[in-house]
Formats: sequence, structure tokens, C-alpha cells
Amino acid sequence: MSRLEKIGNWFGERLQIGASIREAAGHRVPTKSASWWYVFGSAALTVFILQIFTGIMLAIIYVPSAAEAWNSLQYLNHSVTLGWFLRGVHGWGSNFMVALVLIHMCQVILFGAYKFPRELTWIIGVFLLLLTLGMAFTGQVLRFDQDAYWGLGIGASIVGRVPLIGAFLVHLLLGGPIIAGDTLSRFFAIHVFVIPGLLIGLVSLHLLMVLKLGINDWPMPGRIVRRSTYLKEYHELTQKDGVPFVPEAVWKDMFFSAAIVVSVMACAAFLGPYGPSGYPDPTIIQTVPKPDFFFRWLYAMLALLPPGIETPLLLMGPVVVLGFLILLPFLSGEGEKSWRRRPIAVATLLLTAVALGTFTELSSYSPWSPVMNGWSGDPVPVEYLYGRSPLERQGSLVFQVKQCRNCHSIGGSGGKRGPALDRVATNMTRDQLVRQVLQGGGNMPAYGKNLNPAEVTALVSFLETLHPANQPAASDAARAVVTHQEAAGAAEKNR
Amino acid sequence: MSSQPTKPPETGEKDKPDVSRRDLFAKIGLLLNGLAVTVLFVPVVGYLLSPIRRGENGRYKSWVSLGELDAFPEGQTRLAKYQNPVSSPWDGDTDHIPCWVRRIQGEQFQVFAINCAHLGCPVRWFAQSGLFMCPCHGGVYYQDGSRASGPPPRGLFEYAYKVENGKLLIDAGQLPTLSTTASLRDRKTGCQG
Repeated sequence: MSRLEKIGNWFGERLQIGASIREAAGHRVPTKSASWWYVFGSAALTVFILQIFTGIMLAIIYVPSAAEAWNSLQYLNHSVTLGWFLRGVHGWGSNFMVALVLIHMCQVILFGAYKFPRELTWIIGVFLLLLTLGMAFTGQVLRFDQDAYWGLGIGASIVGRVPLIGAFLVHLLLGGPIIAGDTLSRFFAIHVFVIPGLLIGLVSLHLLMVLKLGINDWPMPGRIVRRSTYLKEYHELTQKDGVPFVPEAVWKDMFFSAAIVVSVMACAAFLGPYGPSGYPDPTIIQTVPKPDFFFRWLYAMLALLPPGIETPLLLMGPVVVLGFLILLPFLSGEGEKSWRRRPIAVATLLLTAVALGTFTELSSYSPWSPVMNGWSGDPVPVEYLYGRSPLERQGSLVFQVKQCRNCHSIGGSGGKRGPALDRVATNMTRDQLVRQVLQGGGNMPAYGKNLNPAEVTALVSFLETLHPANQPAASDAARAVVTHQEAAGAAEKNR
Repeated sequence: MSSQPTKPPETGEKDKPDVSRRDLFAKIGLLLNGLAVTVLFVPVVGYLLSPIRRGENGRYKSWVSLGELDAFPEGQTRLAKYQNPVSSPWDGDTDHIPCWVRRIQGEQFQVFAINCAHLGCPVRWFAQSGLFMCPCHGGVYYQDGSRASGPPPRGLFEYAYKVENGKLLIDAGQLPTLSTTASLRDRKTGCQG
């Protein structure tokens, strides 16, 4: 017996875990499940371990104090050797982890893996998703820049909408009356102790259940899951058409995990760390706060929801979604597993993905927000001024100075909150334009108090020129008759 | 393995009371630990709820000065800053709170919170069009703070104010949200009335 073996045996006799490890490694998985489709969960675990490791590295330097956090991140970025890289790996690792957890979840839905007997594995997975999102949000808070500060304001405003106990919840969330030192300290505790602790516990349980219940078998159309027969069938399958997890399946997990870790490092190296953005001083109000990528869909939804249903949807939506996800394995715990025979599951998944993707895409240019410097930054296109009367040109000045441009684009630049006005004269008459400017409506403020009659006349004259050369401005057929009658009446009087 | 765990001796009929006594002790032990944990959790919950307790009965607010009246010309709306009355040395600059002061005329003011009534982002004043605009989700307010368009469910939050010794004071101290506005003076009962 070699010396190495002796040392190994010495530990083996005392640890008594060799048998369990051999059993776990050698457990049989269905041959078809030893597939590239089954690598996302293990990759998420790998990135989680990477996050724990880089998180500890960052905690060596980071100062969890509202007064110092931002400075300590600058110090990490610029003074500590490779501090920027570790920040980058942790930040990109967070994105990869959320993405992998979501992909893993989609795969589990498509493959019907949440069905009997893996209902509880799925439910724990739902909580793992929530905790992962919790890590992403609290991590963004620890970056303690302007985005973090105003993001906390959004969080406080959302819990402030809870009836009766809203005020308590706001103070509890912030750790005091305002977003300040105590707020950051408690988010630090949540990000570094509470959620990681829960994650480690639940991930272990999740993994243990995968080992004990076996990995989901590859869904075959027509192979029906029944509570009475499934366990026996699964056992037969792994015996007849199964392979030991190590080494037949594990190499794919390892290849994919390594590729993911390399990708995270590549993103960190080439794209750099996230921020921090501006210094967290609330008196600097020239800021356009935006959440991190995986919360952009929510940011978009909050802008687009009708105000009337916003509060109920904000407070009940998460409960309904969470409830649905938890109940899912009880609603369809048996039956077909194959996506080919589950059109509703596939449609639901696609619809959700398209909706979230659309909201995320919209948030990249946030058409619902006024462009704060549209009025001062975007010039009126020359062709809209060429050959115009002095009054019309004066109107274009009013258009700029009164910040109309912040919400309305002309010539392709300006805000998108309101309609583009390049052809406005073709669908609104002079009188309609005057009314719209003075009284607002349709989500436009009324400018009656902020424009004098001369300015309105000039502005509307300018707007009336906004039509294609070959398409006349809209006109009210009755106007000519009325003005003619008025003229006639005046003439009558004068006589 | 060198030693097998020894099997416990067979328990006869007469040993039964013994076992149930140990059972009882185990249950009492569980109960004692439960009690200890309960007793521990009373102060822990109290500690966790301290941000709520400290703010009870409006104790988070007090009158803070925004400076001399002369700093606010009549008919204009200007950005003012104050140090939050509740603060700690490790707050950095987060306890410097901005607000919009609109001096209507004389000692008639409106002081608006910087936070949009929708979700708390900082609104910006545009004097030319007389509008407050929010950069986040497109909330817009008129110069008197009333909602003009966008998703906000109400007008801008307003601070109660008073003028003392030529200084403008506001009753401030907490981040305004839809449920923490109670301590901010309601528009109808404001001093301007």
C-alpha cells in the first residue's frame, strides 16, 4: 500500500463519507438525460460558488457605510490591483447567475421536470429564483451610487403603497426615515449573510433531492407520468437504459461550467465592472436612474401600467405569480412531459419571454420619459424653417423654449412621450391645435397658463407648417363658412 | 471499521416507565429551549422594529430652515437643500435632502418634495413651461404641484412651512411615499390657506 493510499484510508476511516460520495457519483441517470440540455442547473451552482468567492474577495476592501461605500468602490476600481477585475467578475457573475437560473427554469418547464415526484424540488427552485433576484437587487444597492439611491426610493415607494402598514414597511425597509447609513447597512447584512445563508441551505436541499429522486428522464411523447407507476418505471429505465452520472454525464456539466466561468471572466476583462455611477448625493438631481438589466422589464411596466390599476397589480401581481409557480406541480403533476404534447405550457412560456423581452427592449430607450434636454439639445431641422414666415419661425422658438421638444420629436429627435409632430398639421386643424395646446389632454399637460396669446398664435402657425409638401394641412370645412358669415355680419353692421 | 456500535439491551416490560420518563425529559428539554428562544426573540423583534418605534408619533420630523427668504424671489421656483433632522455621521451626503421652493408672493409659499409621487425619482423644474418633469417614468406636474400627466397617482408631496425671523422653515424628516405623507402637510390644510 502506498503512502498516499494510507493517508487516504486514515481520513476515510474517520470521515466515513467515502461510501456516500461513491454512491452519489455513481448513481445511474437515464442515458438520454446525460445531455447538453441538463447542464444549466450545475452551471448556476458553479456561478453561485464563483459569486461567494468573489464576494468574499470584495468584502476585504468594501466599506458598508453610506459615507464610504462609493469611495471604496472607486478605490477598488482604480487603486487596488485587479480590484476592477474582481468587481467585474462579481457583477457579470450576477448577470450570468440570473440568466442561468432563468434558462434552467425554462428547461424544467419545457421538459415537465416539475411533475411527480419532483414537485418539492421545483418549489424550492422557485424560492431559489426569488433569492437569486434578491441577491441581484441587494447587490445593486451595495453599489451605492445614484442608481442604487433612487432604486431604493422606488422600492420604498412600492412598499409605501401597501395599505395600513405602508409607513411601517417604508421605515423598516430603509432602517429609518430616509435612505441613508442605516439603509445600506441592512442591505449589506441581507446581501452578505441572510440571502447567501438561505441560498446555501436551499441549494443543498435542491441538489440532494435531485440525487435522491434522480434526474428527470428525457420526455418522450406518450410516456405518461402516473403517480402509481412512475417510480417503478423510472427505476427500470435507469437500470435498462442508464449510465453512472460520473463519468458518463458529468463531463458535459464540467465543460459547460468551465465555459461559463471563462465567459464571465471575459465579460469582466473586456467590458469591465459595473459603475459605480454618480456619487450618492440626493441633491444632485441631474440624474436619470435606471435599474440593472434584469429589473428593466419591471421599470418599463411601472411606466406603462395605467395609474388606476398600478397599486393593486404591484401588490397582488407578485403574490399571484408566486402562487401560480408554487401550485404548478399540483395543477399538472401528472401526464405528458414532452413539450410536443404540451402546447399551453410552451405558449405560456413563449408569451412570458416575449413580454419580458419587449419590456426590456422598451426600457433601453424609455419612450415614456421626457427627454430632459430635448428642448436645449436638439435643433429644429433647417428644412422646417426654410421659407417660413417670421411668425412661423417665432413659433418654432416657442416650440423649443417651452420644452415641447422634451416629449415631442420632430425630424427624428426629441422625446417620444407624445406623438412625433412632423405631420401633425395633416391630422389636426388650426382650432384643434389651439385647443390641444391650451387645454392639454390625452396625457398632455395644459399650457394655457404658460403661454400668452401671441405665443400660442406663433406656435400653432409653426405647427400648421408641419406637413409633407404634397399633402395639405387639415382644415375645417365649416371654418370658411363661419368666417364668411362673420365677415358678412360685420359688413351688415357697418352699413 | 474496527468497532461495531453495540446494540442497546432489550427492554423488558418493567423498564417501560424509565423510557417514558426519558421521553418526558426530552419533551421538557424541547420546551425549555422553545421558551429560551421565545424569550430571546422578544428583544430581537424589538431591535428589528426600532426604525418603526423611533418614528412613532411623527418623531422623525422637525422644523428645519431652508435659509433666508431673500434666497427665494417672488414668482419663482428654486431648488433648496436641507440637512435631514435625523441623521448619523456615517450617512455621507445622503442626509442632504433637496426640495423645490415656490414663492408665490410675500410669505406665501409652496415647498415640494423632490420625490415624484409615482415612485420617488427626483423631479426637475422647467421654468419656461412651468412644469416639473420626472426622468424615470414620465410623471409631469404643474407649477402648483398638481398632476399634469403620466403615471403619478397624485400631485407632488408638499411640506408644511412657516416663516420665522425672516427664515423659511419646513416640517421635514422622512422620505415621502404614498403612505408616509401623513406628516407632510396636506394641500388643503397647508399654511398657505
